[in-house]
Amino acid sequence: MAAPQPESKIIELKPFTDEMIVSMGPQHPSTHGVLRLELKLDGEVVRDAIPHIGYLHRCFEKHSENLNYQQIIPFTDRMDYIAAMNMNWGFCLAVEQLMAKEEGKFPGVPERGEYLRILIGELNRIGSHLLSFGTYGMDIGAFTPFLYAFRDREKILLLFEKICGARLTYNYIRVGGVSRDTPPGFMDEVKEFIDYFEPQIDVYNSLLTANRIFIERTANVAVMDAEMAINYGITGPNLRGAGLQWDLRKDETYSIYDRFDFDVPVGRDIPELGVVSGDCWNRYKVRMDEMKESVRIIRQILESGLPDGPVQAELKAVRPPKGEIFSRSEAPRGELGFYIVSDGTPKPVRVKAKSPCFTALSALQELSRGLMVADIIAIIGSIDIVMGEVDR
Amino acid sequence: MPVGLQSALNPDAMGFENLHQFFVQASENWAQRFAQEHAPFLAHLPAPLGELAIMLACCVIFVAVVPLLPLGLVLAERKVSAHIQDRVGPMRVGPHGILQTLADGVKLIFKEDHIPREGDKFLFVVSPYIIFACSFAVFAAIPFGQSILVSNLNIGIFYIMAISSVVVMGVIMAGWASNSKWSLLGAMRSAAQLVSYEIPIGLGILTVVMLVQTLNMQDIVKGQDGIANWIVFRTPFTFIAFFVFFISAIAEVNRTPFDLPEAESELVAGFHTEYSGMRFALFFIAEYANMFAVSAIAATLFLGGWHGIVPAEMLPQGGILGFVLRAITLGGLIGVVIKTLLLVFVMMWLRWTLPRLRVDQLMNLCWKYFIPISFFNILGVGIWGLIFPTDTLLSIVISVIVIILGLIFTFGVLGKSLSKGPSNSAERRISATT
Repeated sequence: MAAPQPESKIIELKPFTDEMIVSMGPQHPSTHGVLRLELKLDGEVVRDAIPHIGYLHRCFEKHSENLNYQQIIPFTDRMDYIAAMNMNWGFCLAVEQLMAKEEGKFPGVPERGEYLRILIGELNRIGSHLLSFGTYGMDIGAFTPFLYAFRDREKILLLFEKICGARLTYNYIRVGGVSRDTPPGFMDEVKEFIDYFEPQIDVYNSLLTANRIFIERTANVAVMDAEMAINYGITGPNLRGAGLQWDLRKDETYSIYDRFDFDVPVGRDIPELGVVSGDCWNRYKVRMDEMKESVRIIRQILESGLPDGPVQAELKAVRPPKGEIFSRSEAPRGELGFYIVSDGTPKPVRVKAKSPCFTALSALQELSRGLMVADIIAIIGSIDIVMGEVDR
Repeated sequence: MPVGLQSALNPDAMGFENLHQFFVQASENWAQRFAQEHAPFLAHLPAPLGELAIMLACCVIFVAVVPLLPLGLVLAERKVSAHIQDRVGPMRVGPHGILQTLADGVKLIFKEDHIPREGDKFLFVVSPYIIFACSFAVFAAIPFGQSILVSNLNIGIFYIMAISSVVVMGVIMAGWASNSKWSLLGAMRSAAQLVSYEIPIGLGILTVVMLVQTLNMQDIVKGQDGIANWIVFRTPFTFIAFFVFFISAIAEVNRTPFDLPEAESELVAGFHTEYSGMRFALFFIAEYANMFAVSAIAATLFLGGWHGIVPAEMLPQGGILGFVLRAITLGGLIGVVIKTLLLVFVMMWLRWTLPRLRVDQLMNLCWKYFIPISFFNILGVGIWGLIFPTDTLLSIVISVIVIILGLIFTFGVLGKSLSKGPSNSAERRISATT
């Protein structure tokens, strides 16, 4: 029986210099909120990066058990506060599907309501991706894209303010439709914005996407191939960046997305640029392309015009039948799932949110091993997490 | 009249035998003339005292003027960045916000002076002053005009290199003394970066020194009368050296795309994370003074210094007309300042446009590109010197032709990517693959 030799093992395990443990966050300029990373550094090289979460935990799920379904919607605003419309939508979709389980309980969302949901949802997707683009530029060191992105996101927020009165936490999409109709002249303003915004995407691409230094910093960094992405349960732009064409809007159509013509951009290898599918650059580029697709969808709505009619279904009460549902929708950061258990009362028994950011964050540790400190920043930016959604 | 002043008036009597003569040499400038004309009592002081007084006068004037540069540059940076970013920048303090920096300075003075409890107190306190002093001492040897110079050192450019290398010590001290891991990381990055980029800078200077065969800043400028004699155009190799020098200088003053030591998105604020109040302001002032200094050195070494586009003898001498014409043709004090500010603007422009390199890419750029290119330049300038021992019209014409051909060749080879903008071609390649 061979005796263990701890001494020699220690020497073998230490081919590198002393490890330094650095606590990155929760107060750090580019951890996108209150994420804390426990970095084990060997000089500049990251041996391990352990994410510590929970700094923004607000007991969303527990709160929900003591509230009416309608009252929960404002809480979903505070999950992914960058794309609150899509959070509202995801939750309302789940409740509607649960209600529809009983015949005659849910008459369906009116046509105008569906159109408004898609219009607002896609506008919010653009706003969310703009923020992601801007902060990613800032993470990599380019300050200017950030202000360009915020300038344009401001226009979207002004539109939202006009339609629902709020700039960040909208509480606009309700069970059965949306809370109110468009103000006069709203669609003209949307058209004005889209006409202005579409060429801006090319400006961003020439400013940052194709910048040589930016490509050097992000190409072939932290490659997450499709297999790894699926194993981790990664969804949304991060999954599509790995080259997998999977978008719930197309593959598991909800609302009236099947009536619109749009593509699902995916990551790809570009050998001339050193870009590999699934790297930081591709995850970023997918978002830039998705903005174009969102613009396409909004253009189609503008062309057809909003149908007349009510925006909200006539519901006697939001009281789903006894049962449970898992519903998912395509939020800007990935598949947002809601699992709701109802006992037939106006309050749910259990609400569980499946957050795309949480799964994306779980891959961080494996992605960042062996890279440099600067790459960690590039990874956090490229998986585009919002801590409000991770911690809930 | 004391010996010192007497010999100062008689340039032929100058030499560098001893420290005494060293001071005399230093006083061959406007401050000394000013003192003689307006404060003749200095001449009646005993020799060392009189010289000392003149030296002090020079120092006081420079120490009073140079800190005003960052004041203006900080505002300029904020305005330049604002306009690049579609903003207006500071507008509230004073007309068009011109007093904003002053207000910030006042705020910084009143801020709490915090020293980390576990830090090394002495090093923590002393390092801002080292950086501050070094970045200001550089100005002593930069000629801003025929006689506007604190100290006309015969080893001027060598002195500048030596003094600016000391900055790295202050950075490491600040990083170490802060007792913060972010500061330490920033300091180590800074040490690696500054030490590496000293080499291409030194080699870039060496190409100039080989050409003019002097280390004296004033003599380097004196040979550059008229744009054809500007060192940047004199040989094709100095043309390359100018760009290598300028890019390395950006790295030397820690500005984007080389601002790794204080990369705010990675290391919070790098080596000065723990500093607050006036000590932080010293780092800040030193950064901008450094930026101006390296730009001024680049303008002096390569872009003719206080010599303008038109040779001096072709312009009317003296009078307001002469002064204005000199300024317009980028000569004299105003000419140097314009050239320097143009280079400073380029630095700001880059900072607000480009992302940041990673630390290994930064080192690659230095060791794999700049240093070999610099050695090539030195070889080239040596061979050029053998072929053209003195500058003639022929050599300058050949040089300009080679530069133009080289530019056409570079643009043709590297791309369409350069001539049509790298972004567009990359975009096209991206879209071609879909």
